[in-house]
Amino acid sequence: MNRFTKTLAAVAVAAATSTAAVANVSDDKIKIGVLADMGGVYSDLCGPGCVTALEMAAEDFGGEVLGAPIEIVSADDQLKADVGSAIVRKWVEDEQVDAVGGLVSSAVTGAATKVLTDAKKIAMISTAASNAFTTASCSPYNVHWTYNVAALANGTVKPMVDSGKKKWFFITADYAFGHALESVATEVIENNGGEVVGVVRAPLATTDFSSYVLQAQASGADVVALANAGADTVNSLKAATEFGLTEMVDVAGLLVFTPAAQAMDPDTAAGMRLTTGFYWDYDDETRAWSNRFKERHGSIPAMGHAGAYSMAMHYFRAVEAAGTDDSDAVMAKMRELKPDDFFARNAYLRADGRMVHDMYYAEIKPADQRRDNDDILNVLSVIPGDQAFAPMLPECNFAD
Amino acid sequence: MTFLGINLFGLFGQLLVGLINGSFYALLSLGLAIIFGLLKIINFAQGAMYMLGAFFAWMALSYFGMNYWVALVVVPLVVGFIGILMERFLVRPIAHEDHLYSLLLTFGVALMLQGIFTHVYGSSGLAYAIPEELKGGTRLPFMYLPNYRAWIIVASLVVCGLTWWLVEKTKLGAYLRAGTENPQLMQAFGINVPLIVTLTFGFGVALAGFAGVMAAPVYSVSPEMGSNLLIVVFAIVVIGGMGSIGGAILTGLAMGVIEGLTKYLYPEASTTVIFLVMVIVLLLKPSGLFGKEA
Repeated sequence: MNRFTKTLAAVAVAAATSTAAVANVSDDKIKIGVLADMGGVYSDLCGPGCVTALEMAAEDFGGEVLGAPIEIVSADDQLKADVGSAIVRKWVEDEQVDAVGGLVSSAVTGAATKVLTDAKKIAMISTAASNAFTTASCSPYNVHWTYNVAALANGTVKPMVDSGKKKWFFITADYAFGHALESVATEVIENNGGEVVGVVRAPLATTDFSSYVLQAQASGADVVALANAGADTVNSLKAATEFGLTEMVDVAGLLVFTPAAQAMDPDTAAGMRLTTGFYWDYDDETRAWSNRFKERHGSIPAMGHAGAYSMAMHYFRAVEAAGTDDSDAVMAKMRELKPDDFFARNAYLRADGRMVHDMYYAEIKPADQRRDNDDILNVLSVIPGDQAFAPMLPECNFAD
Repeated sequence: MTFLGINLFGLFGQLLVGLINGSFYALLSLGLAIIFGLLKIINFAQGAMYMLGAFFAWMALSYFGMNYWVALVVVPLVVGFIGILMERFLVRPIAHEDHLYSLLLTFGVALMLQGIFTHVYGSSGLAYAIPEELKGGTRLPFMYLPNYRAWIIVASLVVCGLTWWLVEKTKLGAYLRAGTENPQLMQAFGINVPLIVTLTFGFGVALAGFAGVMAAPVYSVSPEMGSNLLIVVFAIVVIGGMGSIGGAILTGLAMGVIEGLTKYLYPEASTTVIFLVMVIVLLLKPSGLFGKEA
């Protein structure tokens, strides 16, 4: 062989091996889309932070799976279901996206998962709250990772009812998410011998909650539950403290993300009980990842950020184990392999797409116990996943 | 104590809360009533200026250690100055065009400010504590009245009263009203009308900044806080009638009470009720409750 043929042979061998390596990866790429609210009210919960989390996951996995490079693309859903589903359709039909992560607002997520299921692509839901994605609208391609309304209700409500707080009053955000949270929480209250003594449905983005706080005061409840999120939680809690409600009764935040907890004056929020899927300062492992995240993103991770990272790592592992990026094979591997990292503790992916893992029952720290504004929660207890998440529905069992 | 199945103590409480919110609405609609009602400029950035007021109060405290009381004086001046720059360099060049242009321009300014603050401070908002002097409250027979809410009523009514007096009863106010009615004639008399317009715009914007500082301790300080309130405040100015300062103040109070009662009787409609009133008023009296017939 002369030098030319040697080189040719080497190139041929290299080409053959590299083709073989990515043979089962469609279009030689693992492409993940991040769909989230990038600049609106929910942008702190996932948004640009989820893009950072996914990029970290891609880098930590070595930048490629089965020899195919990992590519992360992202788009702003503007909190609109039609915008979100149009983006996802374009991604899966024209741009060879293999899975979509992020997914924040339950309405957008509902629309996006329908498109993904039709295209047999995986929805990696990190921040949406509704439990519909693994119940009423379950799908073999839905993976719901971080938390859901049922886990929040079980986590926060049950210990309080058990400790003798039987009478509950709800301040509920008057849209699908608030109603879902209220109804699962009501179920938990009634199943454990408590009762709901009153409900007010406050329109989304209400500024002044003092009127509702007075009604809660008059109801004779032991606990006032805030079935809302974001600025609504902050505003309702501010009013509750101001009008002396927090001195008379307990206030439970049914969905409090760390950015919202940071947005509350410690004197106002101290002592409020909540359930979360992740707390950055829980132990050395969570701190190690969270500090890396903070260095890149500028703020500590909310639970959706950590969930998005953990889910993406699990997806990459599953693709590698399956030897292909075919969604059915990958889903089977995701269920078979046990996720185990700083986020997913005692965890497994159930056959309905629900990732069952330890949840944390916590309270907001008073000002004098805080090192700085990142030091916001005291984790009181760990809730085992099987107690936090509702049991699987038989019709949503997609195990093959 | 009940009447027609309604707990009267509860009702008194709701009326008082409504009045507190009403005085806050009055304060907010005042700035808009001056800019929109007198200058006929549709300032969609008014909500963003309110947001700026709250954020500047937070920044003043966090970066410069400036307490609430100092912020209450300094922040409106800074926000008012931004308003003056906005009028001079953005609004005035298109003043001779259709009103829609200033609406679009100020709406764009509002979106940009919101975007910048979301980018820098995030969407979740910032914490601002109630000043030490105003913590706590008084227990009334029918409710617990927080001191800060009592302060909102007092401060709003004082500022509203002073503004009304300034516009309706002083020589300066007379120049202003005449200048917006017939600018050519006023200029012929040697009055610098453009200067009056600029200062008035700045004053109206400063009022929004003042309301923002007032709001910071009790409402979430977030980039969206202004856009949530702006439309309601526009509705109040329309109900009260264009060009009527007193009308805006009284309507603000009344709408607070009506909204408060709705929150008590049928909360789901509480964000809609003001617009329902607006529709009824426009149908019966298109110039608004206190407006002068066009």
